[in-house]
Amino acid sequence: MSESLVTLALIAVKLGLIFAVILFMAAYLVLAERKILGRMQLRYGPNRTGPFGLMQPLADVIKLLTKEDFVPARADKWLFLLAPGITAVTALLVFAVVPFGPTREIFGQQVPLVVVDLNIGVLYVLGVSSMAVYGVVLGGWASNSKYSLLGGVRGLSQMISYELSLGLSLVPVIMMARSFSLTDIVMAQQNLPFLLLNPVAFGVFFICVLAESNRIPFDLPEAENELVGGFHTEYSGMRFGLFFVGEYINMVVLGSLLTVFFLGGWHGPWLPPLAWFLIKVLAVCAMFIWIRASMPRLRYDQLMNLGWKILLPLSLLNILVTGAVLLGWG
Amino acid sequence: MHVVRGIRGTLQPFWVTLRNMFRKPVTVQYPEEKQQLPERYRARLILTRDPDGAERCVACHLCSAACPVDCISMQAVEAEDGRRYAAWFRINFTRCIFCGLCTEACPTLAIQVTADFELAGRDLLKLVYEKEDLLVDHCGTNSNYNFYRQSGIGVSAPRGRNPGEAPPADVKDLMP
Repeated sequence: MSESLVTLALIAVKLGLIFAVILFMAAYLVLAERKILGRMQLRYGPNRTGPFGLMQPLADVIKLLTKEDFVPARADKWLFLLAPGITAVTALLVFAVVPFGPTREIFGQQVPLVVVDLNIGVLYVLGVSSMAVYGVVLGGWASNSKYSLLGGVRGLSQMISYELSLGLSLVPVIMMARSFSLTDIVMAQQNLPFLLLNPVAFGVFFICVLAESNRIPFDLPEAENELVGGFHTEYSGMRFGLFFVGEYINMVVLGSLLTVFFLGGWHGPWLPPLAWFLIKVLAVCAMFIWIRASMPRLRYDQLMNLGWKILLPLSLLNILVTGAVLLGWG
Repeated sequence: MHVVRGIRGTLQPFWVTLRNMFRKPVTVQYPEEKQQLPERYRARLILTRDPDGAERCVACHLCSAACPVDCISMQAVEAEDGRRYAAWFRINFTRCIFCGLCTEACPTLAIQVTADFELAGRDLLKLVYEKEDLLVDHCGTNSNYNFYRQSGIGVSAPRGRNPGEAPPADVKDLMP
């Protein structure tokens, strides 16, 4: 009895910790992005709230919470209220299967440092992460605004054109790890990360992840310049904040997926496993920010061309080659 | 060739952003650091005095006529010797757009711009400046220009007959 209580308590603590850490990271990723973008554009970025502007996320939250929660006239009210949640929640749900450390012994119990180690983890990740687009589409549809609708439609068709290559670029990883479980995939990279074994799959996956996170150069659903704000044009207050935070949670989660699938997860010399995991995730996030500072937004047809004519054949070819090499090596 | 250019065009921006990240930002942190404004910056308006210390303004209303937002108003009166001046002179800085057209219209160089731009405040009525707020104790630019010295007053007494006035120049004398 007491043993199962301890197990439950450990799970609860683990969930709480993961939730807190991800939200904290998302909040400070916003600040980091604004700071880094500012410096890259010869500005300071936020530096008024607290030392080095470190209280900025708090100030933003207070501002967003005290703003009016506005629903446009003739909007589809329930969908409109629901949509921001979908984006944030699906992003959080994906992290459930991400292992961020090796199994540890706490209070005489073997505690795997992952919420749940599904044996079909990769399928779960693909399934849940493609649900995230419903937030964008429903938000765009329910707003009763042409800009929002265009943003939603763009989000949908963008997802169709990269999601296929996203899945296909993971097939070589699964073939090399011989498992759908994310923990097994990390364990298979103990000696050599898949980034070095299969750089093509990494490249395709990285581009698809950029598209999945709806960030520059694939932020077509938002597209401030031509669609005002795209799917979140009509949102205000904390509902906009949820979309916004969802994007950054997504960044953290996709960064950890990239780490798990290609960068060797928590494996690394000298430093403790958790530190390695964190360093890799933050490095991927920094790369995202750097890309945002450096690249223009792709045009709509360019994205389609890239997805269907380059990434898809490339990932299919990559599966063939990987399969052939694996067969040859036995 | 296209491929090479494409790759270079994709990678170059990353180098540019990275290099700029380690340069000093150009931002002037305003309340702590003050910007060095140009000499002829147009901000708060002033009413200057002539070299003798008298008001330059002759209340001709040209500035308020030139003002595109109608923020200048005044009441013209005459002194005993016929010299015109403004009984009251008011500029509403909540309306003023700092275009400087009034200074260009002014025939006596009385109204001039300064570079003092820190006019912001919470009370709008405090931004309505009266004559005593506008009048300064110096000549501004053109320190030796004195309108009445050049033109004479010439209302009650003929031009050049008032005390301290030189007779006006005889223009026909200047003919070759």
